[in-house]
Amino acid sequence: MKNLAIKEIKKGLLSKKFSAVELTKEYLKRIKKADKKIFSYISTTEKSALKQAKKADDLISKKEAKDLTGIPIAIKDNILIKGQKATAASKILQNYTAPYSATVIKKLESQGAVFLGKTNLDEFAMGASTENSAFFITKNPHDKERVPGGSSGGSAAAVADDLCCCALGSDTGGSIRQPASFCGVVGLKPTYGAVSRYGLIAFASSLDQIGPITKTAEDAKILFNAIKGKDEKDSTIISYENSSRSKLREQFSFLKIGVPKEYFIKGIDEGVKKIIKKSIKKAEQKGAKIKEISLPHTKYAIPTYYLIATSEASANLARYDGVKYGLSEAGNNLIEQYFQTREKGFGTEVKRRLMLGTYSLSAGYYNAFYLKAAKIRTLIKQDFENAFKKVDAIFAPVSPTPAFKIGEKITNPLSMYLTDIYTVSASLAGLPAVSVPAGKANKLPVGLQIIGNNLEENKILNIANLIV
Amino acid sequence: MIKKEEVKHIAKLVRVNLKEKEIKEFQKELSSVLDYFGLLQKIDTKKTKATFHSMQNYFKENIIRDDKVASDSLADNLLKLAPVTKGRYIKVKSVF
Repeated sequence: MKNLAIKEIKKGLLSKKFSAVELTKEYLKRIKKADKKIFSYISTTEKSALKQAKKADDLISKKEAKDLTGIPIAIKDNILIKGQKATAASKILQNYTAPYSATVIKKLESQGAVFLGKTNLDEFAMGASTENSAFFITKNPHDKERVPGGSSGGSAAAVADDLCCCALGSDTGGSIRQPASFCGVVGLKPTYGAVSRYGLIAFASSLDQIGPITKTAEDAKILFNAIKGKDEKDSTIISYENSSRSKLREQFSFLKIGVPKEYFIKGIDEGVKKIIKKSIKKAEQKGAKIKEISLPHTKYAIPTYYLIATSEASANLARYDGVKYGLSEAGNNLIEQYFQTREKGFGTEVKRRLMLGTYSLSAGYYNAFYLKAAKIRTLIKQDFENAFKKVDAIFAPVSPTPAFKIGEKITNPLSMYLTDIYTVSASLAGLPAVSVPAGKANKLPVGLQIIGNNLEENKILNIANLIV
Repeated sequence: MIKKEEVKHIAKLVRVNLKEKEIKEFQKELSSVLDYFGLLQKIDTKKTKATFHSMQNYFKENIIRDDKVASDSLADNLLKLAPVTKGRYIKVKSVF
């Protein structure tokens, strides 16, 4: 029962090689042992997992198994499961029990999936290393002195170390793709509006998306199809008119792949550059046409992203005031209650981003910062619209370097922000993007990012499947 | 370099207490981040419309629903989470 992808688990379950309960018990055992060194889970949900596994076994025996019946999944701890703790890796929600389930959770439950537990993240999904978790740092299974990436570091590490079959993460500026790249697994950020955000603890509402982190591109497709779709509780959802299960074979000979010239300037690790170029060559050898494209507003992407994301976060995190739920410090009066609750409950990076976002929205600065960034977002989106007139998909690095050492970047916030250079643009434009393992640099995994046009998750996953 | 008073003012807007050491550190960090973000001023965006919703073009009209009452146990679950309640009310310190 080791290193099984979804298809292999299904085969094993249907052929009665093992039961869902046996499989779940095996994963829970593995987590107990390995997580002493990896720290990928904040909490495991043993009792409910075994209940779900039993239900799955019932479905299987009645020959009513669906795609994800009996599949053990890890859930990032900013996604609500009713009755389970949801902490967002923050002290302010340390004892918060979710009063309802996220739509994606309900969809997976209806398929008989099994949830093993809630995985670690940077507090409120703010970070690129999982070092900002208020509880502990997750280690990269490939090198335990290095970060797993962030903010979905727990989910990526759990998939990489086979402490679950697959996982859900969330991506605002790269938080699925970058940890997937650092941990050598597949991570998909869907098109903005593809997956319901109901039940996802909000960070930046115009950027957040829930997505799959998996062992293979095929698994990402299965998991994505299970969670996507219309939801009356999220009015930003776009329905896919035809949810056809397209074949995993996309002819490379018909593909035009764009390579942005602005992405290969100095600052990118030589090992990463080599691997990305190798992937491009591979695609060319398989018959794809490689075209150099230009995304001229690339250098404005980081400030644009950080101004918009932090501004939206400053509004979204205003709700943590100790009145309705979460940590509540007494204070002598209401305003003291707010100040003390948030002082005690929020970590440094969260405070830093709230300060930045509030500043950029404040009187006198709104036009120069937030509004300016929103206009440049239009220009960044147009760069991609122009590119997709000439190409079918874009190949790019995920991160300028492989996984860095724990503690290496945490003392310099700006240098941490700059590592997002390749992922934020697709987030600002709302485009789907996947990170797929493409090789190793100094024994550390490096992912290739494939960016697609709106709603073309299947296309980029097909390409991802063929490029490995 | 943004002034200490500005940092204190923003902290007040964020509704968070900062220690003296934190104020000094944020002053430095925010200044260097904001300096870097200054490069946005170099682009002419006079004729550019802002984007607040990246997929706006997919929505021809607002998504609305009928204001119908439906029963839901959610309200009870929500009340359980509040630190101070009285009956079916959440108790809040006086605003004034």
